[in-house]
Amino acid sequence: MLKIENLKASIDNKEILKGLNLEVKPGEIHAIMGPNGTGKSTLANVITGRDVYEISDGSIQFTNEDLLELDPDERARLGIFLAFQYPVEIPGVTTTNFMKAAINERRRHQDKEPMKASEFLKMMKEKMKLVDIDQKFMSRSLNEGFSGGEKKRNEIFQMAMLEPKLAILDETDSGLDIDALKIVSNGVNQLRNKDNAFIIITHYQRLLDYIVPDFVHVMYDGRIVKSGDKELAKELEAKGYDWIKEEQAV
Amino acid sequence: MSKDDIILEEATSGEYKYGFTTNIEQDIAEIGLNEDVVRFISAKKNEPQWLLDYRLKAFAIWQKMDEPNWAHVKYSKPDFQRISYYASSKEKKKLNSLDEADPELLRTYEKLGIPIEEQKMLAGVAVDFVMDSESVFTSFKKQLAEVGIIFMSISEAVQEHPELVKKFMGTVIPPRDNFYAALNSAVFSDGSFVYIPKGVRCPMELSTYFRINAENTGQFERTLIIAEEDSYVSYLEGCTAPQRDENQLHAAIVELIAMDRAEIKYSTVQNWYPGDKNGKGGIFNFVTKRGLCQGVSSKISWTQVETGSAVTWKYPSCILKGDHSIGEFYSVAVTNNYQQADTGTKMIHIGKNTRSRIVSKGISAGHSENSYRGLVQINKTAENAYNFSQCDSMLMGETCGAHTFPYLEIKNKTAKVEHEATTSKIGEDQLFYCNQRGLGDEEAVHLIVNGFCKEVFKELPMEFAVEAQKLLEISLEGSVG
Repeated sequence: MLKIENLKASIDNKEILKGLNLEVKPGEIHAIMGPNGTGKSTLANVITGRDVYEISDGSIQFTNEDLLELDPDERARLGIFLAFQYPVEIPGVTTTNFMKAAINERRRHQDKEPMKASEFLKMMKEKMKLVDIDQKFMSRSLNEGFSGGEKKRNEIFQMAMLEPKLAILDETDSGLDIDALKIVSNGVNQLRNKDNAFIIITHYQRLLDYIVPDFVHVMYDGRIVKSGDKELAKELEAKGYDWIKEEQAV
Repeated sequence: MSKDDIILEEATSGEYKYGFTTNIEQDIAEIGLNEDVVRFISAKKNEPQWLLDYRLKAFAIWQKMDEPNWAHVKYSKPDFQRISYYASSKEKKKLNSLDEADPELLRTYEKLGIPIEEQKMLAGVAVDFVMDSESVFTSFKKQLAEVGIIFMSISEAVQEHPELVKKFMGTVIPPRDNFYAALNSAVFSDGSFVYIPKGVRCPMELSTYFRINAENTGQFERTLIIAEEDSYVSYLEGCTAPQRDENQLHAAIVELIAMDRAEIKYSTVQNWYPGDKNGKGGIFNFVTKRGLCQGVSSKISWTQVETGSAVTWKYPSCILKGDHSIGEFYSVAVTNNYQQADTGTKMIHIGKNTRSRIVSKGISAGHSENSYRGLVQINKTAENAYNFSQCDSMLMGETCGAHTFPYLEIKNKTAKVEHEATTSKIGEDQLFYCNQRGLGDEEAVHLIVNGFCKEVFKELPMEFAVEAQKLLEISLEGSVG
């Protein structure tokens, strides 16, 4: 589904990704861990097409399309979703309207009529249940005055609404209390199926207690330096990242 | 250049979609302005002596006045001797149905998307369409007449209800009020007249589309709305002008009068030609609008969505004379390219327990300048007056300007006045967030801008809110990579 080869990306002439390789197949959950400043969020931004980054080398294939040739909205419509680490506030635009616009824009590109209001509302109700989000959030301005946890839950709600092929969760667990963490994980687990895939970027192992990954990758200095299964996450939790750094330094 | 700059630059390249002209034979006054022209206009319209006298007096006042220059706008002053002050289409016959209308005219309606067709009628909108100076079509007049509502062009009203026109015209905005008011009072061509009798709630939205058509003619409409005790009316004015290289002048007057417990809601969607990308051409929109809350517990609300004109100078105001009266002003002003807007309101509190509310949203893009200018005046007599003002500006790109000039004059210690102001930018973060959900740049900008304007749009009647949103989209079109 997603194939990244030798990806190199920089910002302000500073190279952040230094030849990264990653392959994700349908039905898989990949966790990407690593110390701060190793390029995890940059990877999420480069896959989704944020254009502040200069791509100097490598390729990203997604369902046989060359992603680097596409605009961010085109990539999104192909089925790539990013749950933002810092969701943005849009005053005056309700979550309901935002989702309606997003869904209908996809449909427009597929030459389909806008979704019927009744159908849309039904879908909203279903997905709200999934992430245990209150109706009142739907009519409030997007992310405005939301707590950190509410913003993250709203991201997962949007993910549920848009049913992406590949969802990237960028530190969705940071700032969440244990109840919110369970709700978010529960949402992801209900959404996962054999056709979609997830990339979960996190600092901590604790999220992986709830969302069990098929693969765990350790990122360091702009590359994936170690891959394993969920046991690797536990090892990292116990030993920290220093041994990875030492290994790399040798 | 960052991404949003590119987007915004392209937004500014949107072209005016209403730039067509209609070829209908016209009766045009000689170019220039003197007493004879004033007499010509009055005679053409077969006016009574008192009205000619009113015009001549206003003309004398105007001649002694200077054009105001305190607004935050720069433009070359119109040459008042190079404008023709009267144009009316030669077709005089009043129409009973659309089938009788000039097909050319119908095509104009169509291009404007004017809701004259069946559907709109079914929706219950009465339209008084003013093409240049003369009202050519009035629908629903009969139905309104049944409840005693008078809705006609002001020229007709002068003939049919001279006592009402004479009693109220110029009482809220006297000719000496300002330079353009004096000019309008001397040469006004046509406009709308609405009279809602005591206790009547107008059963439909009343709507007028103004359209400047003839070349080198200024348009000077005059609108007068009177709501008697315990009555209610909602009125919508929409404007579009064809595309021309020269600057055209539009100097209108709107007077509203609300008696005891009456309510007038006046909404404007203004989309005059803004000039081209380089700031050539476009309408000078110098308008005086004022409402008088004459009666106790009366209420006047102004809602305006201003997307057009090269230069706008406009301050729809409320004089809160009756005790417990309420004034409201909701405004969205969009400027792009080289447009300039200096707009806002005046709330003059005279009566006791009067309240006013101001919500202004300014959006600037391109090289435009957008200013909010507002006065809140609380007189000695206005015990317990209250005002809330909120002025928000949104900047798109690096080359535009947003300014806020709030004035407060408070002469009564019991007054309570609140003011909030914000300035924001459409950020790359917001755009990317929308992109990531599958929205293209253009859709993203629309969504963000519409969200920003929501508080004002919700004051517009439903169907017009939709229209206002579309206009906003057209104005900022091309803002997308």
